[in-house]
Amino acid sequence: MTPLSPTDYVAIRLSVEVACAATLLSLPFGFAVAYLITFVKFRGKVVLEVLVNLPLTLPPVVVGYFLLLLLGKQGWLGALLDEAGIRLIFTLKAAVIASAVVAFPLLVRSLRIGMEDIDKQLINASRTLGARWHDTLFTVILPLSVPGLIAGSSLMFARSLGEFGATIIVAGNIPGVTQTIPLAIYEYASSPTSENTAISLCLVSVVISMIVLFLHEMMAKKMARRD
Amino acid sequence: MQLSMTAKKSFTSFTLATDFTISGDRVGIFGVSGSGKSTLVSMLAGLLEPDSGEIVLDGDCLFSKASKINLRPEQRRIAMVFQQHCLFPHLSVKNNLLYGFKRCPAQYRTIDFNSLVDVLKLEGLLGRGVTNLSGGEKQRVALGRAILANPRLLLMDEPLSALDDSLRFQIIPYLKSVGEHFGIPYLFISHSLVEMRLMTDTALVFEKGTMVEQTTSEQLAKSRMGQSPVGYINLLKLGRPAQNDGLFAYPWGASRLLLSVGSEREGSMAELSSKDIILFKQHPEAISARNLLQCRVRSLFSSGRKIGIELDCAGNTLIAEVVQDAVNELNITQDSTIYAAIKASAFRMLPS
Repeated sequence: MTPLSPTDYVAIRLSVEVACAATLLSLPFGFAVAYLITFVKFRGKVVLEVLVNLPLTLPPVVVGYFLLLLLGKQGWLGALLDEAGIRLIFTLKAAVIASAVVAFPLLVRSLRIGMEDIDKQLINASRTLGARWHDTLFTVILPLSVPGLIAGSSLMFARSLGEFGATIIVAGNIPGVTQTIPLAIYEYASSPTSENTAISLCLVSVVISMIVLFLHEMMAKKMARRD
Repeated sequence: MQLSMTAKKSFTSFTLATDFTISGDRVGIFGVSGSGKSTLVSMLAGLLEPDSGEIVLDGDCLFSKASKINLRPEQRRIAMVFQQHCLFPHLSVKNNLLYGFKRCPAQYRTIDFNSLVDVLKLEGLLGRGVTNLSGGEKQRVALGRAILANPRLLLMDEPLSALDDSLRFQIIPYLKSVGEHFGIPYLFISHSLVEMRLMTDTALVFEKGTMVEQTTSEQLAKSRMGQSPVGYINLLKLGRPAQNDGLFAYPWGASRLLLSVGSEREGSMAELSSKDIILFKQHPEAISARNLLQCRVRSLFSSGRKIGIELDCAGNTLIAEVVQDAVNELNITQDSTIYAAIKASAFRMLPS
């Protein structure tokens, strides 16, 4: 195994940062979408469900390309942001957005499964005890969604860590700037002399994923014991 | 409490239509499963919007389709005790109890937390989580939580149905404390005639989504005696027993009853089915049943294919049931004298 270079360590750090940022940024949106789908009756719910799950079925490269069309200088949102002096494409922020969009369905799914497990009568009990809907949301639904939140966050973090297709389209593969572990592995794998470095990074990737999943299991067991 | 409800709610295969006005602080809603009891309760609590009609409680309109009024559940001050207790699993017993209390506007807070803890005997449970409580403890906490919300009406939706038989009767005194100790009017929903008699004075009877009868709970139990597999359940308040040749001799008013089961406690209650009372026209010469009571026939009533006989046994009341042929053969008429034989093993003690 070849020792890792300083650029590789940066790639590891960027990967963790991107995965953390994507997960944390997605949590409130994921919670809101899961809440809407689980508890609120409204027209067009199916459309929302389809849109949320779309990144799960589309090739990540396609998602990346759509993001490029949206956030690029000529894009509908990108043009507005450009006027405000905000540039996203080929920055770490774009990598965060790409990871968030691709892994978002996993977060929503886990949260939704957790919310569907909540006894609706608990919500009714809360309302008849004088709680308004937002009070019920924060004092009953949110605490009881924690297992789903943990599961969803872990999955999302792990997925973000491995995100490649969409990231390379919108963030590029700039060592030290936007290059994450998968992008670095791709680069090393393309070169006939760097196979060992690619393997080293693969192992790092496996170790990080295992730590995340191990922590997830620990927390899930702790929650189950508390129940 | 005065409640007027003229509401309708339709589902794919079921419609509930209510049209009643009722006064009283201990009101029952009686009906078999699927009769619409829970739908009615949900509409009253504001958890389900009726398709049409009006709900008025103590002069306040809670819902009116015509006037476009639909108070939210938290605005109605109607608390609920659910079948499955519905305690918040992430909160301790104390925080469950305080959930409604904290949300109750200060001007309505009349019930003292410590006094409630005393009445419902919750002192030792306060610091515990709710998931490891027994069924009876959970239901007491759920009751306490609803009472502490200081509601103007408490809905009890079959609160005993998830409990086993012995536990049911242990919980009933606590449920009764809602009215007796805390002065909160309640609506008690059940399909049990015994529970209805113990908990309520007036009963609304629902069948297939329609109210078919408004009557007293006692009258309801009598009228359903003939259809009930257990008949009419006589509830007997007994004094402190003495041991008598392997049996328990209980004072019962001016009479004495011999029971094969018993406890040394004062003020026990026993139940006796109307089916377990055998009637004789004359004093039998010898009989294996250990209890033979001379009674006066107070009245006769018909219930399905059975005839109910209300007996006055030295000031105590017993209801026996027989078929019409037996009434004819024994020539049972009002004010006639008759003998009632009851086996010592026919009684069942209820937890006090």
